[in-house]
Amino acid sequence: MSAARTIRLRPGADLEGFREAVRRLVHDGVAPEAVAWVEGDAPSLFPDEPPPGGAAPALALPRAVAALVPPVVMHRDPERYGLLHRLVGRVAGGERHLAEVASDPLVHRLALMRKAVGRDLHKMHAFLRFRRAGATTSGRERFAAWFEPEHHILAEAAPFFAARFPSFDWSILTPDGSAHWDGARLRFGPPGRREDVPEHDAFEAGWTGYYASTFNPARTNLAAMRAEMPKKYWHNLPETAAIPGLVREAGMRVGRMIERAPEAPVKRVPARALAAMVAQEPASLDALNAIIRASEPLVPGATQAVLGEGPLGARIAFVGEQPGDQEDLQGRPFVGPAGRLLSAALREAGIDREQSYLTNAVKHFKFEARGKRRIHQKPTAGEVAHYRWWLDRELAFVAPRLVVALGATAVLALTRRQVPITRARGPSDLGGKPYRGFVTVHPSYLLRLPDEARGDAYAGFVDDLRRAAALAAEPVPSAAPV
Amino acid sequence: MDDALTKKLTILADAAKYDASCASSGAPKRKAEAGGLGSTTGAGICHAYTPDGRCVSLLKILLTNYCLFDCAYCVNRRSSNVRRAKFSVDEVVTLTVEFYKRNYIEGLFLSSGIIRSPDHTMEQLIRVAKALRQRHGFRGYIHLKTIPEASPWLIEQAGLYADRLSINLELPTEASLERLAPEKDGAAIQTAMGQMGERILQAKEERRRFAPAGQSTQVIVGADASTDESLIRTSARLYDHYGLKRIYYSAFSPIPDAASILPSKSPPLQREHRLYQADWLMRYYAFSPDDVAGATESGMLALDVDPKLAWALRNRDRFPVDVNRADREMLLRVPGLGVRAVDKIVAARRHATLRLDDVARLTSGLKRARPFLVAADYAPTRLTDRLDLRARLAEPPRQLSLF
Repeated sequence: MSAARTIRLRPGADLEGFREAVRRLVHDGVAPEAVAWVEGDAPSLFPDEPPPGGAAPALALPRAVAALVPPVVMHRDPERYGLLHRLVGRVAGGERHLAEVASDPLVHRLALMRKAVGRDLHKMHAFLRFRRAGATTSGRERFAAWFEPEHHILAEAAPFFAARFPSFDWSILTPDGSAHWDGARLRFGPPGRREDVPEHDAFEAGWTGYYASTFNPARTNLAAMRAEMPKKYWHNLPETAAIPGLVREAGMRVGRMIERAPEAPVKRVPARALAAMVAQEPASLDALNAIIRASEPLVPGATQAVLGEGPLGARIAFVGEQPGDQEDLQGRPFVGPAGRLLSAALREAGIDREQSYLTNAVKHFKFEARGKRRIHQKPTAGEVAHYRWWLDRELAFVAPRLVVALGATAVLALTRRQVPITRARGPSDLGGKPYRGFVTVHPSYLLRLPDEARGDAYAGFVDDLRRAAALAAEPVPSAAPV
Repeated sequence: MDDALTKKLTILADAAKYDASCASSGAPKRKAEAGGLGSTTGAGICHAYTPDGRCVSLLKILLTNYCLFDCAYCVNRRSSNVRRAKFSVDEVVTLTVEFYKRNYIEGLFLSSGIIRSPDHTMEQLIRVAKALRQRHGFRGYIHLKTIPEASPWLIEQAGLYADRLSINLELPTEASLERLAPEKDGAAIQTAMGQMGERILQAKEERRRFAPAGQSTQVIVGADASTDESLIRTSARLYDHYGLKRIYYSAFSPIPDAASILPSKSPPLQREHRLYQADWLMRYYAFSPDDVAGATESGMLALDVDPKLAWALRNRDRFPVDVNRADREMLLRVPGLGVRAVDKIVAARRHATLRLDDVARLTSGLKRARPFLVAADYAPTRLTDRLDLRARLAEPPRQLSLF
């Protein structure tokens, strides 16, 4: 046990100074009641501590204790350092789990202090109001704010504003210090004065008007407002000027609403609303395509939407996966390597490509850029579902006799089910559609096969296409299946 | 800001205020890029409170209050005589950006009356969100109201720009919807909710950005004859089926120029409050809808005691609960103990034996909790058997009406 001493720390939140001091105190076994913590050059009861001989060894503190220290140091209570010293002393003395015992009076008190600091930070983020203060010489906008935090939180609070408002210069002035952002760096400076912030802002009246309008007089509850927005903040919040008037008139406004008998409506145009809803459905394939063309790709990057191609009423419609690199650039389906292979196979199977309808389940190219190359990426189930609305309507307009699903993605788009192609290959009802269905592989699958396997696989593909053509030529059953 | 714009803002904020949703929470943490604007913190921030005690977090406005629909409960219905106005897309963008720069708001909550057609209206809402994101690099919070009657692909586009989407159910039963909102279609609302729920879930699995803060809805309380039990069961179904993040209960409030088929009286604020409490019990306290229903009296939650206390009074045989031994789930059933208090109790009792004083430091609800718990130095003296227990714990009628 050593004699009483005074520890002198910087005014405000001196985390470094406290950390060093508490290491020394615990190392030297000084009891908390024998320490006077003094900020700045305030007088002290005890003689000042002589400069220590060297840094005391670091203390290994449990995480919960270490996490409690920085916020409590920001508290304005002059006892904060002494309380933390008591906590650290008890933990170092063997109570390793002390911070988890929230019911302990010391831990409870420190937790309340931490909460108060957290709340103050939150309120500063919420209630600070910037005013426009002109522009810099380089044309960047400048804003300034005056705020009076309850605790020493400026340094902790400022990075939030830098993350949120990087594109203009701003200054936050407080009675304890100031923070300044110039687009690149956050600087801290001496205390500011309220007069250094402009007195007006062009949007304040509009904002106050908004605040007044969003208030519902029938729900007036002043206690709830004051609990969340204590009066001490009001003088720096422009909108609070509206409060007295709003409160004064609330009763009257509600009374009027309740008493007033309903007036006869001036205009009533029934049926128009419902008519508008029917009218908005695209009435033709062209109208649908205009919508698709105007829409953003779900995954950014594509040059354009690639629409389906072919005559309305085509006997066969082919549904692929999604446009590839070439399709994306040219804006037409099946014009890349896989498309050329499909064309060749169609010719061999005796199907006229020009008389068929070709489209994709997904309308935008998705890729990963590798150097200059754009590597195709398979659409996810979610993306397929996103584009399904269009595919369904598109096929309804084309009204083919038969739809050929090329590959698993097309099957997923048409049936909502993930099915391996090897199992689904061949005729299919595609989950009860108004057209017949047929499932085969996607031609790009053939391109990926090793040379020795490709010949047989290609022949099988052409064979599938022949069977599909035959199916499409069969007469349609007279009664549509229910 | 010129007078004409201020005037529009006044009209279109007034028209939007009956939507209870104000949250700016649930978005992933984001920062502005160089030259951009805005961030999200995850938890959301309330930038002001109006004298109704409600938070002002987002700029909550309608694009227009002209509307083709004629929903009886709505101040903007076609047949109402309120003043009308319409913003341009650019005006909304300017207001959002300028308000945001002054730190008045966390972002935008944009809704609209139905003009021309549902699709046209939805397109306008999307244009605002897209302009904010793309032209201004806006990373703040955007909540878009979804028009359920709009085409599905537009709803899907909205999710690319918005943090949160919502469709208001407004009335919990088809019958009420038919009577009070003739143009609305309950099935369409549920289909759209289902579509959004599915897409949000898929995007999350596929790590794509699509309405990352999820979807919410609002139900009006007191405009029709629905009981609390039916509201709670509807909510449970919505949370379950569509993965809703929040359901807002909005006490039907008298509106200027009210329709004659609706009650004209003060809003049932206490009832709304109890519904929120019951909703929380289901979401954070592992209460089932049946548990909550078991705490009602012919389908209605008590107004003088909170639903958890009501449940405990009906299930006295489950109490008292020993704070030093009971499992977490049972501690959560003790009236007056919140989730945080329970977690602190569970952590603290590993290293200390808790007395009543200790518990008092962990909760502000000790008065309600006392009859239902046992601590190292305390046991209730057959308090749970007392017939007057309810009366002793009931809140005096709260001054929720005016002044």
